[in-house]
Amino acid sequence: MKKVYGSAAEALDGLLRDDMLIAAGGFGLCGIPELLIDAIVESGVKNLTIASNNCGVDGFGLGKLLDTKQIKKMMSSYVGENAEFMRQYLSGELELEFNPQGTLAERMRAGGCGIPGFYTKTGVGTVIAEGKDVKTWDGQDYILEEGIFADLSIVKAWKADTTGNCVFRKTARNFNPPAAMCGKICVMEVEEIVEPGELDPDHIHLPGIYVHRIIKGEHEKRIEQRTVRKREEA
Amino acid sequence: MPWDRNQMAARAAEELEDGMYVNLGIGIPTLVANYVGDKEITLQSENGMLGMGPFPFEGDEDPDLINAGKQTITELPKTAYFDSAMSFGMIRGGKIAAAILGAMEVAENGDLANWMIPGKLVKGMGGAMDLVAGVGRVIVVMDHTNKHGDSKLLKECTLPLTGKGVVDRIITNFGVLDVVEGGLKIVQLADGVTEDELRAATEATIVN
Repeated sequence: MKKVYGSAAEALDGLLRDDMLIAAGGFGLCGIPELLIDAIVESGVKNLTIASNNCGVDGFGLGKLLDTKQIKKMMSSYVGENAEFMRQYLSGELELEFNPQGTLAERMRAGGCGIPGFYTKTGVGTVIAEGKDVKTWDGQDYILEEGIFADLSIVKAWKADTTGNCVFRKTARNFNPPAAMCGKICVMEVEEIVEPGELDPDHIHLPGIYVHRIIKGEHEKRIEQRTVRKREEA
Repeated sequence: MPWDRNQMAARAAEELEDGMYVNLGIGIPTLVANYVGDKEITLQSENGMLGMGPFPFEGDEDPDLINAGKQTITELPKTAYFDSAMSFGMIRGGKIAAAILGAMEVAENGDLANWMIPGKLVKGMGGAMDLVAGVGRVIVVMDHTNKHGDSKLLKECTLPLTGKGVVDRIITNFGVLDVVEGGLKIVQLADGVTEDELRAATEATIVN
């Protein structure tokens, strides 16, 4: 079965519909599926719920889908980098479900593993615990969190072979594997597509079973906080 | 004179032992890395990295290599990368020995508030709730009082909590205090700060 598609729009063909739940990889602007986001903007699909650690910045990444008002709800841990996000949230146009970062990652991982719920001590005694089932083990309280089962995953890897076996690069891995795992269908964009056998099977980060459609493209890879030290400090 | 930011960071670095895996928060906690000396400390960045190196030289920035504050950083020979689920797995699993982080308020029972102020812009808790719930030891580094001069060490937190009963030790510009049964215990006074001054600046119950 052919997994490699010619463009982001082709790879998303037939997968998008209003009101769907999309899980997106990336942390800040690092390792985000730039090309697939652009194609979703172009598609005009709306009322989306998006599970993603952040929501891009104004005018880039998932921030583009805010500008076009295609997002109904975000499931995120941190959204501080985006003025349009705050405007829509404060005006009531946009719903927001805060998840502790590890809870969000584990909810995705769990969904991908067929685990509908798990107990964690993260958030016990905070607003996050409100309305959630509590169980006690060895005197410690844990709250029930639910797995995320997304309709679609959009993720970005560094290299994939044509069967979807892939590797990520440095901290651009972040939420991409758990986001990929939790979708019914996963579309992945990469910087390079290689033939099976070119990636060492022992070095695969995410096996191709989780990846259904692949595209290759050019990435802007914008840096959010450029921090450097001077050469003479060495 | 109470401690300044760098002295607080240097004092916090004394909490770290050779071989520890540690997560440092943003602000003064980040400075702690400058004071670990010869100790072999491995820094975790919760976006998926163990063995975080310093900022890159100008021109060497890599958009695929950032820390949890989204700053460009570098790797070390011992660096390992992993995904967010594994990253928080090691945090929740108690594998990270300590987290050093800032706070808006700490209560005498160890409650911590550092993620939101109602009515103000809410950015989110990021990984803070996971860290304080999961790591072996939670060390708060913060100013003893807020900009109005009010104590940040309280009988009860007034802000929404990040974690309940999670703080072990507090390092402020006035000194070092531990969370113990019944309240806070003075462990050390900052240079030039008297015990009376520290007590007068503290709302929380001090047990010693």
